[in-house]
Amino acid sequence: MPGEPALEVRDLRKSFGRVEAVAGVSFRVGAGEIVGFLGPNGAGKTTTMRILAGIFPPTAGEVRVAGHDLVREPLACRRAVGYFPEYAPFYPDLGVQAYLGFVARMKRIARAAQAGAVARVLAACGLDGVAHRRIGALSKGYRQRVGLAQALLGEPPILLLDEPTIGLDPAQVVEMRELLAGLRGERTVFFSSHVLAEVAALCERVIVIARGRLVAEGGPGELARRLGGRRRIVLKVDGPPAEVAGALGAVPGVLTVEPAADGFVVEGASEAELARAVGEAVKQRGWTVLELRHETPGLEEVFLGLVRDGPHSA
Amino acid sequence: MTVVAVARKELALYFGSLFFYALAAVFLVLAGYRFYTNLGFFVLMGGTDVARGLWQYQLLDVQGLLLVLVPLLTMRLFAEERKLGTLELLWTYPVRDVEVVVGKFLACVAVVVLLVAATAVHPVILTRFYPVPPGPLVAGYGGLVLLGAAFVGCGLFVSALTESQLVAAAATYGILFFFWMVTWNEAALSEGSLRLLLPLSLFDRFYPFARGAIDTRDVAYLVLFTLACLAFTLFALDTRRWRGLR
Repeated sequence: MPGEPALEVRDLRKSFGRVEAVAGVSFRVGAGEIVGFLGPNGAGKTTTMRILAGIFPPTAGEVRVAGHDLVREPLACRRAVGYFPEYAPFYPDLGVQAYLGFVARMKRIARAAQAGAVARVLAACGLDGVAHRRIGALSKGYRQRVGLAQALLGEPPILLLDEPTIGLDPAQVVEMRELLAGLRGERTVFFSSHVLAEVAALCERVIVIARGRLVAEGGPGELARRLGGRRRIVLKVDGPPAEVAGALGAVPGVLTVEPAADGFVVEGASEAELARAVGEAVKQRGWTVLELRHETPGLEEVFLGLVRDGPHSA
Repeated sequence: MTVVAVARKELALYFGSLFFYALAAVFLVLAGYRFYTNLGFFVLMGGTDVARGLWQYQLLDVQGLLLVLVPLLTMRLFAEERKLGTLELLWTYPVRDVEVVVGKFLACVAVVVLLVAATAVHPVILTRFYPVPPGPLVAGYGGLVLLGAAFVGCGLFVSALTESQLVAAAATYGILFFFWMVTWNEAALSEGSLRLLLPLSLFDRFYPFARGAIDTRDVAYLVLFTLACLAFTLFALDTRRWRGLR
């Protein structure tokens, strides 16, 4: 892991009444890393993010942000962090620039530097054109940018971004992704998402949690490989479906056969063997193979596999 | 200064909302109407003591109007931020809770002071026709500001407990009306409970001010009441936070 840890989380727990939202999570994020934080809804991502941002304290466990203890030195931690909450909240009646001016003062940026700092984030987030508009009158995409702008303001070394692309249209998602990619190396970015393509495109490392526990940690490629042991082909055959399924299931090396859109998805241990064996079995019965292609499980399925099956140690 | 930053933001939100202007208009029109009728009464009854005959009635009327006005000003202070989710964002900045609480309190008090000060136009008009000794008025207006600040403290505390502005306003009315009515029907209370409740009445503390007298005990009571409300507010915010409530 490169550099000193920017975030260090040890056995983090958070309970809301009887519900344990985070049940003992530990991880480290090195300075300058871009790390994705994955998990299904309700996994404890947002709760973890909120704790790291200083919104509420953990029930148990140790959290260090930029070397400071979160509970004992909350203000030092918050100074090091820019937080972008899911569903970026704002004062709808304030103008963009007025709002960012307020944030600059809240972040204790020196008075003389405030105007410059606000101007920089306005430009960086493409908000120059709407600087004097009321936030409530902005489109969702622009509001998300305002959210990112307030997180970037004051150049905090660590950015915590909770689902930064949620609710954006595809063009805006690409823009947001470029904005984040532009921060590579400059800042530590820890962002949660359930859009796996985004994580694969941006992150060097992924941390996956489910049901409040860490289930995997590693590079996106590495995670895909780890669960990609099974090979899979998609097959279309011009035979009676029930019989075809039966015949395919009887082929040696085939583990599962599942009907898919006008065809079958066949899983087995070895790709080349699987295709040949299946092809021959179809031919023997006098049917014709209309289509046969290989499929590698994407991060999407890796993720689903992890979340369903539980912990896979890194 | 983050306190100033919070206060500035709150003032910008007040002065940027139509609701505030509607509220201010209703307050000032009603205060003006009461001045008109009180003056009529004073003239008709051939009053000689302007402090007791006119200002006492007028200041008590303005006090009643403040009772109606302030909960509508304070209801949004924390409830709205909680509903919008902006409160959470505030906690991610390097500010202490106390700075946020004091900033909001000062902004709302400033608004109340502004509105109360605007009613000073009545005595100013009167000076053109009738001698108006300023002393009792200064006491009366000072009392209104102290009482207004106490109302704001109470409303701020209640607003920190909920994310519904309506609930915040209703509960603030409930508390303030309780403090008002607590001594209304003294005959219905036993002597013991009266002795216990009488000092609690926020409004009994205002009577001496309305008559033009400043008693340090009344000042101390109103200031302590306000400070206690601010402390409760901090406590409420902290408790909700530890419990992880939004």
